[in-house]
Amino acid sequence: MSLNESDIQEILASEEFRSLVRKRISVSLTLTFIMLAVYFGFILVIAFNKELLAVKIGDTLTIGLPIGIGIIVFAWLLTGVYTRWANHSYDNRVRSLRNQILNR
Amino acid sequence: MEQFQTTLGQANLASILIFFAFVAVTLGITYWAAKKTKTTSEFYAADRSISGFQNGLALSGDYMSAASFLGIAGMVALKGYDGLIYSIGFLVGWPLVMFLIAEPLRNLGKFTFADVVAFRLRQKPVRVASSVGSLMTIIFYLIAQMVGAGALIQILFGLPYETAVIIVGLVMIAYVLFGGMLATTWVQIIKAVLLLSGATVLVILTLAHFNFNPITLFEQAVAKYSDAVLSPGGFVTNPWDAISLGIALILGTAGLPHILMRFFTVPDAKQARKSVFVATGFIGYFYILTFVIGFGAMVFVGQDVIMSVDKGGNMAALLLSEAIGGQLFLGFIAAVAFATILAVVAGLTLSGASTLSHDLYVNVFKSGKTDEAGEVRVAKIATLCIGTLAIALGFAFKGQNVAFTVGLAFAIAASANFPSLLLSIVWKKYTTMGAVWSIVTGAGLAVILIVLSPTVWVDILKNPVAIFPLKNPALFSMAAAFIVGVVVSLLKPEPEAQKKFEDEKVRTYLGIGAE
Repeated sequence: MSLNESDIQEILASEEFRSLVRKRISVSLTLTFIMLAVYFGFILVIAFNKELLAVKIGDTLTIGLPIGIGIIVFAWLLTGVYTRWANHSYDNRVRSLRNQILNR
Repeated sequence: MEQFQTTLGQANLASILIFFAFVAVTLGITYWAAKKTKTTSEFYAADRSISGFQNGLALSGDYMSAASFLGIAGMVALKGYDGLIYSIGFLVGWPLVMFLIAEPLRNLGKFTFADVVAFRLRQKPVRVASSVGSLMTIIFYLIAQMVGAGALIQILFGLPYETAVIIVGLVMIAYVLFGGMLATTWVQIIKAVLLLSGATVLVILTLAHFNFNPITLFEQAVAKYSDAVLSPGGFVTNPWDAISLGIALILGTAGLPHILMRFFTVPDAKQARKSVFVATGFIGYFYILTFVIGFGAMVFVGQDVIMSVDKGGNMAALLLSEAIGGQLFLGFIAAVAFATILAVVAGLTLSGASTLSHDLYVNVFKSGKTDEAGEVRVAKIATLCIGTLAIALGFAFKGQNVAFTVGLAFAIAASANFPSLLLSIVWKKYTTMGAVWSIVTGAGLAVILIVLSPTVWVDILKNPVAIFPLKNPALFSMAAAFIVGVVVSLLKPEPEAQKKFEDEKVRTYLGIGAE
């Protein structure tokens, strides 16, 4: 499919498209920031206060164990959060914009 | 518990049979795939026919190398909790691949990530620079894989090192040369399923000894060694070292050419997104299994025995499978480890070949003007070149300490490939010269700094003091690549590239006009 120049300019200028782009960037950056904060927070805790993760829960287990496994699970859940948002909210808005453009 | 005796190093009939069965099946698939591999889109991207779920499995297959299976299990067996910290670093890059890269990459690109970097910039200089970053990443990764393959197979099957390297090289060339991306993808999928199920069975067999209560396993490990196995040890001491390694692992994951290339095999951005979700799940699950396997080896095999077989602990998972599953199960896990190397090397070779043929030959030497048949022929010649190079690298680095090359591959991917890819997707004012200088800076600094770092300068070149203090250079080389990319772009704007950036937005965000 090919769009002519004025069509493209019209889409780019539309509020609907611009808010879609803003939303997508803010979701991506927020989730990226959360992931990096969790990971580097974990690393810095280990670097500066190893004892914190060596705290015992129960007889032998340390708190570091559920935290470490938890970060792995959390990383996966975060990709799930994004996928859910994108499949529902983002894709719907993309579809409606595409239909407007391609059906004219 | 009496001292465990291993049969590793002797030919194991079960493992040889299982490995030959794997090779026979995968070559059969290659024969089937060869009939469907005629055009460029079929050769490089399996004609975009791979589903999100299949690609997720294949991505995890590409990423779960023998190093992460054997190396991380070994690190857990010897160092306990530190092995978990290390494996987390390898996982955290995946969510970022999803949030920042996967969908725009799929929408803008065709066969390689350089398609995206060069999309609105001047083709030739950007393609040449991107190819340098790609090929360096692939070559350093290949060195680690080929040397690992030779050494591993020597221990597992009692086969000479050179024979092992040649077998891996020839089988892998056959996959890529005849079956292209379709065969390579199915090799990855089969390998991922075998590796995940093998590791799952190993964990079940281990936990069966503890009434399926992992806590009892950890208690035994603490009783046998000390409390220290369950808390952070010496892995993270200098925070800057840890941050720099973290950056290499996270951003490097988002800049590995053979991983990025996989996003062109799915039909659209939605499937690209789904494939990262699936891959992250499987890889995360795999690292949790590896952690349990490491502790199993610690308890059932013992650290002294593990170290007596291999100082780095790389044989821990195999020793555990022998200790609790016997000869037959050892044979199975050993064959899976061999298959793992084969699959990863095939993915790397295909990616290197597409850089040579699609980026350099077609878009630089031929200025984008070639016919389909011609490009496929060149891609196949490039496959032979990279495959032969892989075998040669395996020979050249025999017996060398190549552990640093994986860290270096990730550092280059994080410093040369990732900044140029991200800036080209998100930043309007990015220019051709900005991209070129950013890639050159990132790749160059990564190599220079790692040579001057403790990893090479002290451990390999045996100098008393390192000139550059950090073990992995990514923190500096990545930051420098971003700064140089931005500064050079601002110094001399490229109005045409800015105009094209606006136009490409409908493709980036809506997928209109995507391949």
